[in-house]
Amino acid sequence: MKQLLKLSAASLLVVGALGVQASTLSDVQAKGHLSCGVSKGLAGFSSADSSGTWTGIDVDVCRAVAAATLGDATKVKFVPLTAKERFTALQSGEIDMLSRNTTWTITRDASLGLNFAGVNYYDGQGFMVKSSLGISSALELGGAAVCIQAGTTTELNLADWGKSNGIDYNSVVSDTNAQTLSNYEAGRCDVLTTDASGLYSMRAGSNDPSEHVVLPEIISKEPLGPVVRQGDDAWFNIVRWSLNAMITAEEIGVTSATVDDVSNNPERERLMGRSGSTHEYVGLNSDWTYQIIKQVGNYSESFERNIGLNTPIGIARGVNALWSDGGILYSAPFR
Amino acid sequence: MKKIILDSLGQSQHRGFNFRNLLYNNEARAFFFQIATLLIVIGLFYTAIGNLFENIEARGIHTGFSFLKNRAGFDILPFLGNYVVDYTPESPNLSVFYVGLINTLVVAFIGIILSTLIGLLIGIARLSNNYLISKLAGGYIELFRNIPILLQILFWYNLFINVFPHPKQSFSFFDLAFLNQRGLYLPKPIPEEGFLFVGIAFIIGIIAAYFIKKFYKKKHELTGIHTSTWLYTATLIIGLPIIVYLLFGSPLQFDYAILGKFNLKGGMAVVPEFLALTFALSVYTATYIAEAIRSGIEAVDKGQKEAAAAIGLTQIQSLKLIVLPQALRVAIPPTINQYLNLTKNSSLATVIGYPELMSTFGGTVLNQVGQAVEILGMAMLVYLVISLFISLLLNYVNKKMAIQGR
Amino acid sequence: MSVYDQQATRKPPISQIGAILWLRTNLFSSWINTVLTATSLYFLYLMIPPLLDWMFFNASFSFGTINFFGFDIKFSEEMATNSNCGRVGACWPYIYEKLYMYTYGFYPRTETWRPNIVFGLTALLFVIIPLVKNYKYKNRVILSLIVIYPIVSYVLISGGFGLLPVVETHLWGGLLLTLVIASVGIIVSFPIGVVLALGRQSELRVIKLFSTLFIEFVRAVPLITILFMASFVLPLFLEPGNNSVDKLLRALIGIALFQAAYFAEVVRGGLQAIPRGQYEAADAIGLSYFQKNALIVLPQALKISIPNIVGSSISLFKDTTLVLIIGLLDMLAMVGLTTADPYWLGRETEGYVFVTIVMWVMLYSMSRYSRKLELRFNTENTN
Repeated sequence: MKQLLKLSAASLLVVGALGVQASTLSDVQAKGHLSCGVSKGLAGFSSADSSGTWTGIDVDVCRAVAAATLGDATKVKFVPLTAKERFTALQSGEIDMLSRNTTWTITRDASLGLNFAGVNYYDGQGFMVKSSLGISSALELGGAAVCIQAGTTTELNLADWGKSNGIDYNSVVSDTNAQTLSNYEAGRCDVLTTDASGLYSMRAGSNDPSEHVVLPEIISKEPLGPVVRQGDDAWFNIVRWSLNAMITAEEIGVTSATVDDVSNNPERERLMGRSGSTHEYVGLNSDWTYQIIKQVGNYSESFERNIGLNTPIGIARGVNALWSDGGILYSAPFR
Repeated sequence: MKKIILDSLGQSQHRGFNFRNLLYNNEARAFFFQIATLLIVIGLFYTAIGNLFENIEARGIHTGFSFLKNRAGFDILPFLGNYVVDYTPESPNLSVFYVGLINTLVVAFIGIILSTLIGLLIGIARLSNNYLISKLAGGYIELFRNIPILLQILFWYNLFINVFPHPKQSFSFFDLAFLNQRGLYLPKPIPEEGFLFVGIAFIIGIIAAYFIKKFYKKKHELTGIHTSTWLYTATLIIGLPIIVYLLFGSPLQFDYAILGKFNLKGGMAVVPEFLALTFALSVYTATYIAEAIRSGIEAVDKGQKEAAAAIGLTQIQSLKLIVLPQALRVAIPPTINQYLNLTKNSSLATVIGYPELMSTFGGTVLNQVGQAVEILGMAMLVYLVISLFISLLLNYVNKKMAIQGR
Repeated sequence: MSVYDQQATRKPPISQIGAILWLRTNLFSSWINTVLTATSLYFLYLMIPPLLDWMFFNASFSFGTINFFGFDIKFSEEMATNSNCGRVGACWPYIYEKLYMYTYGFYPRTETWRPNIVFGLTALLFVIIPLVKNYKYKNRVILSLIVIYPIVSYVLISGGFGLLPVVETHLWGGLLLTLVIASVGIIVSFPIGVVLALGRQSELRVIKLFSTLFIEFVRAVPLITILFMASFVLPLFLEPGNNSVDKLLRALIGIALFQAAYFAEVVRGGLQAIPRGQYEAADAIGLSYFQKNALIVLPQALKISIPNIVGSSISLFKDTTLVLIIGLLDMLAMVGLTTADPYWLGRETEGYVFVTIVMWVMLYSMSRYSRKLELRFNTENTN
């Protein structure tokens, strides 16, 4: 009897362990949806429109992975997370991947049991001031009050930058983007600092965008990208190559409109899985890249739709242009 | 049946050890229940703590309190805590804890005083015979009581930073103090040698005033002759230090704020986050205190007021000597509970970025270190100690205020 | 002999009648009162006009056409957008545009009828309770309502059981989530609170100690530390790899435990007000501990505590706004989410004002309602 109990306990443990170890891909396919952690609201990156549909370039990465694994970009369960809880949610398995404007740093990559699967936006911390101040460089900011959002790497970057440039300042910390902006607009501080992408969306949301200038200095590198748990390399590959597929599609000029027309171009045929067996290596259907491009679009489409010059946020491609267009966006080849 | 009931009342003659007896024996039952509870609680704790260690291991979370010694690396809005601890980004995380603690205590302290004043005012105004005042006080209570405090903090903060002027157009009080969006700038006192004696003179003044007051009170009780003592008190407490101050050749300098490139520089800045938080908490808590005071006053027997009028006391004397002392006995216990609530609510300052305990230590540090168990544990301990202190105060006051039978 | 004509009664001086008398006695009875009145009027003058300007006179109401319970109401030819709304006054079309999010969050639009029924049931509950007060079996009616209402509501909102399509908790938001958190917090915590209160009054030392420790600890710390604990630390206490406890459930556990401690103190107040003789009488007729409490003590204690139970519940309702700090999308958190929409940037003020008004109306009516209820239930005890 005792033996039997021990045995069943052991088998339970094994099953439990297997449950934890089981591949994220089969989990997602069994559930029929992808759980993706996103921001609680950051214009252009992840926000909900009036009909409750999530949009943004971070959201599009989630959708691309859903299109690749499930064949349907709408089968995503978006889990809005605060900055504090995002890593815990991924570690505990509450979400399958995190796409929440998260900066790739060695500490996070190496010590949290997580892997960054690529970069979907190259950001950097910048400053915005009122044009009436007549300031043209961040180095003139000695003695200023700086508005900043709590709990992010921006606080640390600012302290380092101030120290190395011998600039003293008062930091005025708020909990949310919205409060940071209204502090700055009301004049509680002279300067607003956050990631450059955030500065543009804040400027767009201000009462009169023409009153504010973004200063040229970028004081930090903030490569933002999707994150997965360590220890599931197959899943890591899927997320990394879903993002790469969007970038490659832009490189070779495939858009959601032209994706059906492959027209004997070997590169396009390879990307679309018409030749070769790359899909078997990642363990997905042969049309996985087709579904991504068809349903989500290539990188450029996603960028222009969410944060491009024709949106209220109005960010130019800049460093996020393809390497061939003077930017640093680069995908390893589909070969 | 009768036997069973007798057994259960523990009066059975048969003390034989059988199961039924045990089942219906009150003491045995009590024992069993307590052991069971104990086992369940211990079991729960055991499993939870076991899981905790397993999870911490699996997720690679650090444990222990060594993070307190690590460099904090971020700036905190300069306020009292920063000055006392002398905080810079190079300071360790433990300093952040102290900064947050001091800032929490300051808000609680000033908030308690302010809310009591507003509460007293509104509570009395609620019973005023001025129609407008009484209705306004009622409106005040209904309005601020029924809006979540989080929204009120946001409201006052945004009002302050939008209504107060830009630093370059500060309201100036004779160039000594300034008020603008960045805060209230007061002269910063810089004590020099000899200032200690002024402090000593001040304390001597208070002690002397206390004895004089005691003397005249005794005289009042013995002879019925009432002597007003406020002149002596004022001379001793204010005059004595001033004389000493002049004798030592003004050993106190002030650092006044002056306009820099962006901000006022120097002086002592009381940041608007503090003003807004303290104000919001006081306004909100005052609605409860006002209701406590009102019910206290209404609980005073009408005959008391009539008797006071009959022996010729003025309205103010009647309020001060007859009504309030009796009303406070009813009003003080709920008021002290509100003090505890105010202190706890100060933790909501994180939405406007006032650097108190939960927004600095429980916020930024937690975010960077990620050791939620240790950090939240320390923060909860602080609130626990504060609340313990307030309960002790409450007990003391209750004892003191209890009607003494003669 | 002189003739005394009866003189016509003189009219009272103008200062002694009507509006002027009222003004004199109520506003200007002494110089202090006059000063107070003037100051108050000045305050009102400072506050009210700018508020009205922002809310109405400078505000934009270009809703286009609104369908209101099936009737098309045309406010203006064109629907306002964020950019042509103006920045001087309020932009109310923003609220209309985001009203669904503020009410239901991400709840599927095809299933809106389900939360609507729950809203209706909730309102009905408030209407029924005072109506049945003279009904013979009112306690049974109210009790069964209190049991049935949460079950029906849960099945409707969450779906499942093969009856309705499941709507997962991460889609709940806005007012719906606020109501869910408040009502679950109140309903779940109440029995725990009663048990804790009895535990604290118990003669069994161990039970008394644990109950007292729990109550005093929870009441001493702010709700946000408990929410943080529930959100960050609770998952660590669970079995590794167990994800079944989702974010909302964790917050609900935290809130229920928090509220239970407050209810426990309220109920303890009621227990202490029961005369000693009631306990002794119950013991004397040989009732067991459970019979004694269920039949004699608790019914009386709970009745005494009703006003405080309601007051404590209202406080909890106010406190639900704190869940935004741990990232749940309640009505207040919707302000941040909806203004992150690139096409409606910078409308936080409108959002906050809207939420403030809605919360105030609900809380104020609840407190009025509870006062009325209190009076009604009290009248029975006056003899």
